[in-house]
Amino acid sequence: MSGTERFRLGTGAGFSADRLDPAVDLVTEGELDAIVFECIGERTLAFGHRDRLSDPAKGYNPLLERRLRAVLPGCIANGTRLITNMGVANPNAAASQAVEVARELGLWGRRIAAVGGDDVTDQITPDTELDEPGLRISDVGRKMVGANAYLGADAILPAFDAEADVVITGRVADPSLFLAPLCHAFGWLPDDWATLGAGTLVGHLMECAAQVTGGYFADPGKKDVDNLAYVGFPIAEVDPDGGAVITKLTRAGGLVSERTVKEQLLYEVHDPNAYLTPDVTADFSQVTLGQAGDHRVRIGGAGGAKRPDHLKVTVAFDGGFLAEAGVSYAGPGAGRRAKLALDILEERMTRLHGSNAPLRLDLIGQNALHAAAGGASIASGASTAGGASAAGGEIDELTDVRVRAALRADSRDMAELLLWEVEALLCCGPAGGGGFRGQITPSVVTHSAYIERDRVQPTLRLVET
Amino acid sequence: MKRTVPLRDIAHARAGDKGNRSNVSLFVFDPADYPLIKAQVTAERLKTAFPGLLKGRVQRFELDHLFGLNFVMDQALEGGVNLSLNLDSHGKSWSFLVLGLTVEIDREDMG
Repeated sequence: MSGTERFRLGTGAGFSADRLDPAVDLVTEGELDAIVFECIGERTLAFGHRDRLSDPAKGYNPLLERRLRAVLPGCIANGTRLITNMGVANPNAAASQAVEVARELGLWGRRIAAVGGDDVTDQITPDTELDEPGLRISDVGRKMVGANAYLGADAILPAFDAEADVVITGRVADPSLFLAPLCHAFGWLPDDWATLGAGTLVGHLMECAAQVTGGYFADPGKKDVDNLAYVGFPIAEVDPDGGAVITKLTRAGGLVSERTVKEQLLYEVHDPNAYLTPDVTADFSQVTLGQAGDHRVRIGGAGGAKRPDHLKVTVAFDGGFLAEAGVSYAGPGAGRRAKLALDILEERMTRLHGSNAPLRLDLIGQNALHAAAGGASIASGASTAGGASAAGGEIDELTDVRVRAALRADSRDMAELLLWEVEALLCCGPAGGGGFRGQITPSVVTHSAYIERDRVQPTLRLVET
Repeated sequence: MKRTVPLRDIAHARAGDKGNRSNVSLFVFDPADYPLIKAQVTAERLKTAFPGLLKGRVQRFELDHLFGLNFVMDQALEGGVNLSLNLDSHGKSWSFLVLGLTVEIDREDMG
């Protein structure tokens, strides 16, 4: 593309478990210059570290191969550059996997780049300060799993200069994945803060995929969305000055409206005047938006100031295990029987087994999500009138209710004990209990820290297929 | 005539999380209702309504030209996604906790 044309940028994934078919549609029909798959969360990164430690060839997104098989031929055929952080804790291994997939698909002579340098685990010491007053690594009292700095768009640009078709990174700030191809296409300078702010706005609106096209939005009767089952992922048509139109494929389901864009504008934003990324201190406080046709919203007005001097670091620690188990009661008296089950679980876990691990006991359908907000005691199973509209109903009115027990434990044995106690309710608990299910999830705890920029050196490895 | 309506009738909202901090954005459907949510849905109102949830500071940012408010709530997620035992450990449903609050409205055309 030339320097004056619009750049067409798509989102292929907004989180690690995102759908595949909307990405395939975009690659096939979107006439995109680039597509970004954003697939890292704090937990995914920690699990990536754990996977890599047990097998040096792992630690990247488990869906990498499936995603690439589905979209790579279309990307190559249509000249769409693919950028993704699916490298998670091991971008090099992910790139090797990508090379293998490309070769199997007969895509020869293509360049795959691995961008690393975000792993700063070696630089963290027990004395490293965390982003909480007076707290150091050693105070956490848990085993550190890994630490990653958030890289910016500048870490990705060398891969474009090397004409990579696919760029695979580890931890890069989400909007930076989108800003990088714009910087490259339009030649934006690294200290053109206002323009970087505008590009960061585009990235911020695009990074959660369907959340700007009608996902995480529908509220039947209040905010209706057409054909949500086939919600499309977004396209940004970006001008050389950073202004843009957010849209989607015409035939895709979903909605792009001022309302969907407004909600995403503030999603996970705190002070709209200062949205910090490694690239810029973006200012979203004066953002303008306007409907510019069906499912087309024009955005502008973002600004920016100098980027932060330090990079944010996520430090992950082993968090033991989360145990969750449930059993259901229905019909007359269901609420009272479920409440009796909760009392039994509390008695046996804390007094018989002496567990001091945090235990939570809910009645799903009555008080599982919002009851705590009003200040009511969860374990009491009582009505939570103090919580505004938080409570689901009086206990005597419940006729179809599920007991949920959840516990965090350092030992797998204690986690398994909770599942056992809930299952034992089938024969030993209240009448008519059924539908036991239980699961144990390895858990991580994350804290934030900051690191000087010059202590983080992005790396580039290029492989040709 | 004054009447009491749930926020959900006049506004929409979205919740996001970072660590143990939650933010809920709130936008009115009709700009005419913006002054009343600005006056009635204050940071203090949220703290009072949800004492069991909001353990820290609540800040409110105003985007007047978009007719929206952004509430940033510290220590609001029962420890956050990594520690909370809440089924909704991200607090994704907190937007509807806010939309369940009521406001007094002085218009007759509200259905």
